[in-house]
Parts: sequence; C-alpha cells; structure tokens
Amino acid sequence: MKYVLRRLGFFVVTLWACLTINFVVPRLMPGNPAIAMMARFKGRVNGSVLHALEIAFGVNTQQSEISQYFSYLGNTFRGHFGVSLTFFPETVAQVVRSAIFWTLGLVGLTTVLAFVLGTLIGMVSGWRRGSKIDSILPPIFVITSAFPYFFVALLSLLLFSITWHWLPSGFGYDNTDTIGWTWSYISDVLVHAILPALTILVTSIGGWILTMRNNMISTLAEDYVQMAKGKGLSPLRVMLNYAGRNAILPNLTGFAMSLGFVVSGAILVEFVFSYPGLGYMLLEGVQNEDYALMQTLFLLITVAVLVAVLAVDFVTLALDPRTRSQT
Amino acid sequence: MSLREGLDRLMTGTSGNLARAVAGNKKALTGLTLLLIFAFMAIFPGLLAHDNPNAEIYPRSAAPSASHLLGTTSYGQDIFSQWVFGTRESLFLAIVVGGLATVLSVLIGVTAAYRGGVVDVALSLFTDVFLVIPAFPLVVVIAAYSKNGGNSILIAVLVVTGWSYGARQLRSQALSLRNRDFLAAARVRGERQWRIIVFEILPTMTSLIVANFLGAAVYAVLAAAGLQFIGLGNPDGMSWGTMLFWAENNEALQAGSPLWAIMPGIAIAALGGAFALLNYAFDEIGNPSLRPVRRARG
Repeated sequence: MKYVLRRLGFFVVTLWACLTINFVVPRLMPGNPAIAMMARFKGRVNGSVLHALEIAFGVNTQQSEISQYFSYLGNTFRGHFGVSLTFFPETVAQVVRSAIFWTLGLVGLTTVLAFVLGTLIGMVSGWRRGSKIDSILPPIFVITSAFPYFFVALLSLLLFSITWHWLPSGFGYDNTDTIGWTWSYISDVLVHAILPALTILVTSIGGWILTMRNNMISTLAEDYVQMAKGKGLSPLRVMLNYAGRNAILPNLTGFAMSLGFVVSGAILVEFVFSYPGLGYMLLEGVQNEDYALMQTLFLLITVAVLVAVLAVDFVTLALDPRTRSQT
Repeated sequence: MSLREGLDRLMTGTSGNLARAVAGNKKALTGLTLLLIFAFMAIFPGLLAHDNPNAEIYPRSAAPSASHLLGTTSYGQDIFSQWVFGTRESLFLAIVVGGLATVLSVLIGVTAAYRGGVVDVALSLFTDVFLVIPAFPLVVVIAAYSKNGGNSILIAVLVVTGWSYGARQLRSQALSLRNRDFLAAARVRGERQWRIIVFEILPTMTSLIVANFLGAAVYAVLAAAGLQFIGLGNPDGMSWGTMLFWAENNEALQAGSPLWAIMPGIAIAALGGAFALLNYAFDEIGNPSLRPVRRARG
C-alpha cells in the first residue's frame, strides 16, 4: 500500500512540475515571444477565450503572477487549453482529440510490442548464451538502436516508398478513402502504419534486448536458479518462472525510464511520415509559433508517459513480492 | 609497433590498465577509431574538402562525380564539403553537452548520496521527475520560444534535459561507497566534506563518470540533430542536422539527390554509435561477467 501511495505521489508531483514549467517558460523568455502570437489573435477571439490565453502566457494581464498561476491551473484542469493558431478556429482540445488516437495506436502499440519482443529475445539469448540466437540478434539490434529515429525513418521512406513503391510515403490513410469501419479504410490505415511502426520497433528494441540479456546472465548465476535446474524442472519453466521473472524487474524500471526517450523519437518519426498524431501536431505548432498548441501537447505527452509509468508500477507490484510486503 | 601497442604506450602511466582494457576490446577500438576520424574532420576540414561549403556556385542537383564526390545540393552547394565541415559543430555540441551534463549529474547525484536524509529525498525526487518528463517535447517547446537563439541556448536546453539519468546512476554508486572504511578514515582525519567528495569519492567512480559522459554525448548528438532537423538549431550554423533540415525542406529524397539527406544521417548515426560503442565497452570492462564468452583456443 505504501508503495502504491508513493508512486501516486510521484505522479502528482511530476504532473505539477510540468504544469509549472509550462507556466514559467513563456515568462522567462526575453521579450516573451507569445506576445507576437497574441497579436495574431487580435480581433479573432474575444471575451473569456482571450482572457484565458492572456493568463496562460502572461500577456496584457492586470492580475498578479500568483493569481495568474492559479487561474492557469484551474483552466488547465477544466480542459480549457485555449485556441489553436494553426488550426483556427478549432480549440486546442479539438485538435488534440483528433490526433491522440493516431499516436496511441501507432506509438503505444509499437512501444509495447518492442518491449515484449525485446524482453523475450533478450531472455532467450541470455539463457542460451553463446548460441546462434545470442550471437546474431543482440548485436544487430544494438547497432540499429544507435541510429537516430528520424534517420531510420528517412531511409525506410527512401527504400520502401520512393525507390520500390511498396508502401505509401506518408499520412495516416489515403485521402480518397471515406472514414468509417469499412475494410478498405481499415486496411489502408494499417498499410500506412507499417513503415512508421517498423521504424520505431527497429530503433527501440535494442535497448530492451541488451538490458534483459545482461539481467538474465546475472540472474542465472543465482542459487535458486541452480536449484530449480537441479530439481529437474523443465528448462522452459526455469527460464520463465525462475530466471526470467526476476530478470525482468530492472527491465520494467528501465521501461518507465526510457519511455520518454522512445516518445521523443516517435515525434520525429511522425514528422518524417506526416503521420497525423501528437508529435506531428507539435511540430506544426512550432512552425506556426502556436504556443498554446505546443504547450498543451507537451503536457499531454507527459501525462501519457506518466500513465504508462504508473501502469508499469502496477505490473511490478504483481511480479515482485517485495513491493507488496512493505506495510 | 602495432596499433594496440601504440595505444598502450600512449595511455600508460596514470591509467595503464584502462588503456590495455580499451585496446583489448573490439567495441572500444571501433568506437575510438571512429571518434578519432571525426575529430580529424572537425579540426582540419580544409584538408579533406576544398570547396566552400556555403558557396552556391556549382551546377544544381548534380550527381556524384570526380569534382563533386557526393554531388551537389539543389542550391548548387558541394555536398561532400558540407558534410565534412558539418562535423565540427556536431562534435562540439556532443562534447560540450556531454561534459556539462556529466558535471551536473556528478554534483546532484553524489551530493544526494553523500548528504543523505532530506537532501537525498529532495534531490532524488528532483532527478526522477526530470527523468520521466519526456525530454524532446520539452526541448522543442523551449527551443521554439528562443528561436534563433544560437548554440548557447541549444546547449543549455540539452544539458538541462540530459543530466538526470547519470545523476541517478552516480547516486546509487556513491551510496554503495558511503560506508566504506576509507571514507570513515577520511572523516576521522577531519577532512572537509568537499575534499572527501572530490579527492576520495570521485576518483573511485571514474569509470562510471566516463560512461556517463559517453551516454550524455550520445543523447546530445541525437537530440541536437533532431532539433536542427526540424529547424530549431542555429540557422547560420553548418552541421549535419542543419544539412538534413535543408535536404528535407527541398525534398531531396524525392528530387533525386538522396545523398544530401543520407550522408549527414549516416554521420550522425556513426558519431552516436561511436560514443555508444565506447559506452558498452566500458560496461564490459567494468563488469567482466558481461564480456563475450571466449571459445576454447584451438
């Protein structure tokens, strides 16, 4: 219970830190560039919308900094993120709502897949150390994971789409399609997701393989693994339940820690493939100096990562009895 | 004298064992060789490339030839020359950011471990918060606010987002050192706290600090290139990321000069890879159980 409370506390603190960063950054910048953005809103928005934007960016407002801060927190929690300059007159909330499913589908699924596959490969190659699997797969993926995400994206775009015309070069689906639960639309979405998904998979899997393999090797030397082997348990059971279950714990912590890194890379992958997710919107925002959109997306990406980290915490709770025994 | 012996001699003295370990490790040797090549390109670009990288005086989008080894851009600049001259800024950013981030990790990580108590709780929480916040979106937001701010802003942003992983690792190692006898002895001798940290604790952590520098440098290479690629770098600079930005803006891949985008990409991957290889090698040197299994000699 103490463990759960501590992790929830961490969630709240990090969220607060992000909100505060968002509030402070525009005010710290010399000559507050958000003023230029507000000028472009002039005459297009009014009343409470304008007021909320003024509070969020510290432009033209008579309120003290502290009361601005609390108004800003209140607005954010009620989901009032302001209006997007890029997609005017849509609100930031509407833009985000249309983008989030693409990112969850692409980045979310691929990341989980990379983690599961990487952990399995790492487990097997640590278990069969020096075997064919161990001498081929880990080195290959360690090398591919040193590649920058956007470079792998550019390269696969060049090969599979521009040179060989096997796969579409960008966007989430074909413009000529009607959106709906039809087979042609769904297959189209899947085909468009192959290249970006493979890019993220190939570049993120190496880290999981390497750490899992190394954990596995240290765990295999433990007495309880030797005993399990000595008792004559089936090798599969020793590998999964005795060595693997213990070796995966540091990998899970690593997952929580590296998630931010994977998400960062995924942003650039979305950019290269013009995939209509959060990362692409973020960079659209950058190009149009749309600070309301950028800051909301930063906040949202952080929340997504935090939720994933919390989920990993609960998995750890299920796998590691030590986290449960603390009272 | 073989390369290995040469390296051995070069580095004997203060860290002879380390040099021998590096020379005996294939990953370390590969990484070091790559790094030396890039260092040469960064220091003496004029020896390798004779064209002015910015001059728009050649035929546009030319294919590779003897006079333009990698062809030209659609502005009529020599790609090979840009590629060679781009090394300096990319390597410079990696080393400066790696170094500064490591200093910050050492300060925060070791202080947290050594002071313990409330200081440790506060600093550890601070570290973990920074570790979990996805760095790149944050970097993008800050860089977007300080557009055209030059390299100093870029460095500051990358250091602020790149120190946390190292701080956490250094803290846990310093924690394991805390109750060793030699530190107790130093305390009994009445040494001052900063002396104990600088002269007693830090030397025992050298290999981890070096590993952290390498890790932070990899981060800097990739993050800086990513920022430059989306147009948030120093617009007047000449770097691989900036090359990629212009190549992407002019649709180099579709327009038939793919080398414009591929060469800087390869260089970024190789530079990041060189730091990463050295980092893995340090892991193996420090932890012998991870070394590849030796086959029986026949």
